Amino acid sequence: MNLIAFYVFALLIVASAITVITNRNPVASAVALAFNLVAIAAVFMLLDAQFIGLLQVIVYAGAIMVLILFVIMLLNLREEARAHPAGTFQRVLGPLATLVFAIVLGRAVYASAPSSFPEAAAGFGTAGSVGKELFTTFYYPFEAISLLLIVSMVGAVLLAKKKLS
Amino acid sequence: MIDPRLVLLLSAVLFSLGVAGVLLRRGAITILMCVELMLNAANLAFITFARLKGGAEAQIYVFFIMALAAAEAAAGLAIVIALFRLRDTTDVDEINLLRW
Repeated sequence: MNLIAFYVFALLIVASAITVITNRNPVASAVALAFNLVAIAAVFMLLDAQFIGLLQVIVYAGAIMVLILFVIMLLNLREEARAHPAGTFQRVLGPLATLVFAIVLGRAVYASAPSSFPEAAAGFGTAGSVGKELFTTFYYPFEAISLLLIVSMVGAVLLAKKKLS
Repeated sequence: MIDPRLVLLLSAVLFSLGVAGVLLRRGAITILMCVELMLNAANLAFITFARLKGGAEAQIYVFFIMALAAAEAAAGLAIVIALFRLRDTTDVDEINLLRW
C-alpha cells in the first residue's frame, strides 16, 4: 500500500518538476511547483515525518508559493520569449551536462543506502520529538535562524521600496 | 516496503531537474523556482537519512532549510522587483549590470 502510494507520488513529483522547467508561462510553472511541493509533503508523511510534512504544506506550499505567485502577478509577466540564436549552445550543452550529472549523482546516492528502512522508533517525526530537540540541543541555531528571517524581511522591504537609478 | 535507495534516486532526479531548469530558463522568477526544486530535493534526502538513522537531528536540518528558503525567496523576489523597475524585464540575459 505504502509502496504503491510512493510510486504514484514519485511519478507526480517528476512530472510536475518537468512541467516547472518546461512551461513558458511563469504562472503555470508556479502552480506546477505548488503541486510538486504538496507531493513531496506526501512522501515525507509516507516516511513517517509527519511534522515536517505538515510544515512543508504550510510554509512551502502556503507561504512561499503565495509570495512567488504574488510577485508574478505584480510584475504582470508574460510568456518567456523564445531563445535568441546565441542560446543554441546553451540549449544543447545544458541538458547534456545535466544528464551526466544526474547519472553520477544517482549512482552515488543509490550505492550509499541500505535496501530497506529499519522499524521507526516510537514517536519518530512527531511535533513533540522534533520540538524537544529543537528547543534544547538546537536552541541557539533556532534563535539565529529567526534573526536571519528578520534581516531578510527588512532587506526585502528596503530593496523593493528603494528607487534604483 | 519503500526502498530507501529509490527515495534517494528520486531526490537525485529532482535535484538534476532543478539544475536543468537553472541552466535552461531565462526568467529570473522561474530560476528562483528551480532553486526551490533543488532545496526540496535536499530536504527529501535529509528525511530519508533521518528515517534510516532514526534521530530528530536531520528533521531539524530540514526545518532550518525551510526557514532559509523562505528568507531566500523574500530577498530574491525583492531583487527581481527592483530589477524589473530598473530594466522593465526579468530576463537574465538582459540583466548585465555587473558584466564588463
